[in-house]
Amino acid sequence: MNAANGSQRSWFQRNRITLAPWLFVAPALLFFSVYVIIPIFQSITISFYEWNGLYNAQGESTATWVGLQNYEKLLDDERFFVSLKNNVIWLVFYMLAVPAGLAIALFLNQTVTGIRIYKSLFFFPFVISQVVVGLIFGWFYNPDFGVIGSVWKAAFCEEVINIVGNVSTRCTHSPPDILADETWATYGIIFAGLWPQIAYCMILYLTGLNNVSPDQIEAARLDGARGWRMLRHVILPQLAPATFLAIVVTVIGALRSFDMIAIMTRGGPYGSTNVLAYYMYETAISEYGDRYGYGSAIATVLFLIMLVYISYFLWRMYQDERGR
Amino acid sequence: MFPQPIQESSKSRQFLYKIALPVVLFLWLLPLLAIFMTSIRPAVDINSGNMFGWPSAFNLVENYIAVFTQSEALQYFWNSVKVTVPTVIISVSLACLAGYGLAIYRFKFALPLFFLFIAGNFVPFQILMVPVRDLSVRTGLYDTVTGLVLFHAAFQTGFCTLFMRNFIRDLPRELIESARIEGVGELKIFWYLVLPLVRPAIAALSVLIFTFIWNDFFWATVLTQGESSKPITAGIRALNGQFVSQWHLVSAASLMAAVPPILIFFAMQKHFIAGLTLGATKG
Repeated sequence: MNAANGSQRSWFQRNRITLAPWLFVAPALLFFSVYVIIPIFQSITISFYEWNGLYNAQGESTATWVGLQNYEKLLDDERFFVSLKNNVIWLVFYMLAVPAGLAIALFLNQTVTGIRIYKSLFFFPFVISQVVVGLIFGWFYNPDFGVIGSVWKAAFCEEVINIVGNVSTRCTHSPPDILADETWATYGIIFAGLWPQIAYCMILYLTGLNNVSPDQIEAARLDGARGWRMLRHVILPQLAPATFLAIVVTVIGALRSFDMIAIMTRGGPYGSTNVLAYYMYETAISEYGDRYGYGSAIATVLFLIMLVYISYFLWRMYQDERGR
Repeated sequence: MFPQPIQESSKSRQFLYKIALPVVLFLWLLPLLAIFMTSIRPAVDINSGNMFGWPSAFNLVENYIAVFTQSEALQYFWNSVKVTVPTVIISVSLACLAGYGLAIYRFKFALPLFFLFIAGNFVPFQILMVPVRDLSVRTGLYDTVTGLVLFHAAFQTGFCTLFMRNFIRDLPRELIESARIEGVGELKIFWYLVLPLVRPAIAALSVLIFTFIWNDFFWATVLTQGESSKPITAGIRALNGQFVSQWHLVSAASLMAAVPPILIFFAMQKHFIAGLTLGATKG
């Protein structure tokens, strides 16, 4: 900038280049801070209080400081550990979406007529709401009139007509009620959750496969690589960015699982399908009065778990940025 | 291309593949087909246990009309529109500005700020729940459409900024530098030069955010209570309680809720996928 000119121009004009980025970022930053950044710290603070969310007549919060008591309570809370265990089960089994998505992507990566339509139809489950997916599968699992129930009846039950002419069914084994079973309910929900998640991973891999270099495949083919060996040594390394993204979104999806549980079991039976996300909600806003402090302590634990993944993701991005 | 193009394999394998495609698709979409078949059954079928056989009558129109006349579904649907559309507009606009600011200028805080948006975008909703609910209650925004819009717009700004910033950074830098040398103002560069170039990113984000917000359930339950502001996702749950064992109506309502995202996806598939893969489709 011309120094002789500087005194005649306004302060704003002189500092244009320094100020401009802040002006562009300010609206988004302000909005994001109010609703996302600041609440994170507020939640952590509230986790050291006991609070039912109410204010007194003077408009002051009725929260009382309890220090680490909420966290100490967590250590004795069986439901908390059940939720934590279920979160681990979700993380492990949800990961099946990654190889399954890759398998479908490989199956669909052809150029036959109508393949585009097929690809979009396979992607369908991801587009619809998890609430709808939860309802569909909840009905699928229903022992009385769902798919499982009907198949079961066909296999193990017979219709009995008594003397008066009333029809009833008699079964050698009663049909399984997956969502009411403490051992199987969580797996039932995860299975339902895999449906949209596989679709998501599939689309990531289909785009990845599009970008695989044809020259390298040709070269590997000339060297005699085929099928499995080709996939492992030539294709998968090139799909690494897609795999990374698929794992990231699947981990986050698993830890965020809430909708399906709320729709299919509400955490039951006896809290056996709870995960931290749902248990926190159930605790903070419940029929028995709100427990904001304890709920926030659960949320903080969930946040710390997620923070591990967020840090890893940011670290990867930082490496990318430096590499440019 | 991998796997090997099916055209290069034997006739029998090609034939097998062409059979397998529709079969696998059918199995994959079976849950959706089943719920569609249920949604057009008359109530008689449900009561008599005819859930999977041929419907005794096709009540497509009757059932869908019943959903709207016997429940608040229309209101829920309209609420979803009122929440989703402004959210998309606000978050994408804010992200265009912020993405530009973070991509074009080389200043010390560019990267930390960018990382702040990314990190915030990945946090679990529960860590925000209590303070956001409290804030909404205190400002009178609890149980209003505006309250939902403001929160969603703010939260989605994180993802949108991540996307926009990376998109703008990949634009040819010389274009902007030369405009600056010509003495064009920063705002004019943004408006006349950059904005037309980021149109594909705007399209991708709009489609994606529309779907995310339309399908949101958590915030719909946390920030709303009454019929006047409840979006369709939370509404379906209410309907599920109202239409106990009227599965044909619950199915119809669920499918209605799924229609707008499906339409948007089909209409703008390319943009949708570009958005999901964080713009990795450029190759």
